[in-house]
Amino acid sequence: MSNEIATRKPPTYYEEVQNKGYSRRDFLQFASMMAAFIGLESNAIGQVAKAMETKPRVPVIWLHFQECTCCSESFIRSSHPIVADILLDKISLDYTETLMAASGFQAEEAMHNTMKKYKGEYILCVEGSVPTKADGVYCMIGGKTSLQILEEAAENAKAVIAWGSCASNGCVQAAKPNPTSATPIHKLVKGKPVIKVPGCPPIGEVMAGVIVHLITFDRIPELDSLGRPKAFYSKRVHDTCYRRPFYDAGLYVESFDDENAKKGYCLYKVGCKGPSTYNACGVMKWNNGTSFPIQSGHGCIGCSEENYWDNGRLYDRASSFAGFGIEANADTFGKVALGVTAAAMAGHAVMTNVRKKKLIRTLEDEGKQSEQELKS
Amino acid sequence: MLNMKTKYLHVHRLRRVYVWELPVRYYHWLNAGAIIVLIVTGFFIGDPLALQSKEEAANRFVMGWVRAIHFFAAYIFFFNFLFRLYWGFVGNKYANWKQFIPTSKKFFKEMWTVFKIDILMMRGKEHISIGHNAMAGFIYFLTFWAFLIQCLTGFGLYASMGTWWLPKLFAWVPAMFGGDIMTRQVHHWAMWFFILFAVIHVYLVFYHDYVEGRGEISSMGGGWKFIEEEVFENEEHHTPNVVEKKS
Repeated sequence: MSNEIATRKPPTYYEEVQNKGYSRRDFLQFASMMAAFIGLESNAIGQVAKAMETKPRVPVIWLHFQECTCCSESFIRSSHPIVADILLDKISLDYTETLMAASGFQAEEAMHNTMKKYKGEYILCVEGSVPTKADGVYCMIGGKTSLQILEEAAENAKAVIAWGSCASNGCVQAAKPNPTSATPIHKLVKGKPVIKVPGCPPIGEVMAGVIVHLITFDRIPELDSLGRPKAFYSKRVHDTCYRRPFYDAGLYVESFDDENAKKGYCLYKVGCKGPSTYNACGVMKWNNGTSFPIQSGHGCIGCSEENYWDNGRLYDRASSFAGFGIEANADTFGKVALGVTAAAMAGHAVMTNVRKKKLIRTLEDEGKQSEQELKS
Repeated sequence: MLNMKTKYLHVHRLRRVYVWELPVRYYHWLNAGAIIVLIVTGFFIGDPLALQSKEEAANRFVMGWVRAIHFFAAYIFFFNFLFRLYWGFVGNKYANWKQFIPTSKKFFKEMWTVFKIDILMMRGKEHISIGHNAMAGFIYFLTFWAFLIQCLTGFGLYASMGTWWLPKLFAWVPAMFGGDIMTRQVHHWAMWFFILFAVIHVYLVFYHDYVEGRGEISSMGGGWKFIEEEVFENEEHHTPNVVEKKS
């Protein structure tokens, strides 16, 4: 059925929405919600709705490499059912290992058909990092390495979206010692715009928002210096955190079982990475706006930041020294250095009085001589 | 005075030399003050004290103030640093940038002498300098790099919070480090250089004052150091790099 439609004239998003039995009201609700998520003014709701009504579906190829599928899981749980039903499940995805019905040759064929038929038009979404060590044997699909698949699919893609921290930064499999040389997408894809949507996983609404932006405006959203959409990653979790007043007041949870934790004080001292993490968790929250880590009493672990596994500890603000076998943090190291310096100086001071005795004696004698010769 | 010379002891006559100009002295103490404030507030920001209070959170702003002071001091530190770089080109010969950067064989040779005589305290001819000795000059050169690292990482972290264009110019720094987490750590580690430097610096000032008796400690107050008449006459003192006299 859907293949037939595709061969005739690709349906618009609105047509598909209607086919699925959604009302006009549901559709507009979805359009307003998306407009709000991507930070548009209210008069742009019409623009979003119109784009959805008139533009044919954008074909999407969604590749899965070294990942845990939490990005897909997050996406299909984004709060409005139209996201799951229309953007993802029924229309857009021509190829995705997790959700497509086809398998084996049929699946590979579907991908190749899309790549041929929509040359330069399809969006390539990548979930997961690409291992480059040992010629990429650590992640192979259909006899090809993930790097081959990526290069092939990226060649004629309109834009590339790197979903999640794996595709954006490498995430846990790229943590030291990175045995498979897990590499993020932007280091492998050249000459194509890569939109990074980091997070482990990213927020479902953020993912939907990025796709809706691409559909509505036909160009990639404004990105920051790290290649993340500004609409969602320009503020720190800390700046939008509802516990921020406790931070400014200097009231902190000292340990997870103390009185301050019950009072809902700031989690800064138990390792919250909110002050260093750029994401929309404090605003959009998770699971239909139910909660987010800090709201449930656990600090942010900085999952959308590069190398958050290696850059310090999850439950401690102390800055550990990467590469030191022992659990040395910068301050312990500094205190030891200070102690050694103090000891060296004390030694030096003693030695000064021994080795430079003559010099010091002369100065003292000169001074005493003058003192004696002064009449008053 | 003439009588003194005839005594068994040779009492040196000292010549007053204006070494540290007023702007250099202002720079020094402003810098010292800013660094102390930055270290204290920086430690607090990194690991705040467990303060108890019955007050409502809304009425308290402890961390807010500590951070505000840190940022005020950071701006003073930054502009003071820029000023010192400028003064390295227009100030007197002892403030000149050439006293800090090892560019000549003479500079390295003098560093080696200072190392032998003042640090290892080997026997040899005492080393007399008026401005910075070569070793000190080079260490200050390193501190300028540390200043640069702190300014880059500090304003880099501040960039996303600031509204002024100046801190925003540093937004590329966290991007280079791959995010704020690493930038913050570099900022924190580099602070220890300042602590170690300050301790050694103060010790060596006392050391030089003690073994030379030429007004090392007070020079950063009035700007004067003293040099023995014979050393002055015979030009026995050392300078890391000769700065050509301006016409």
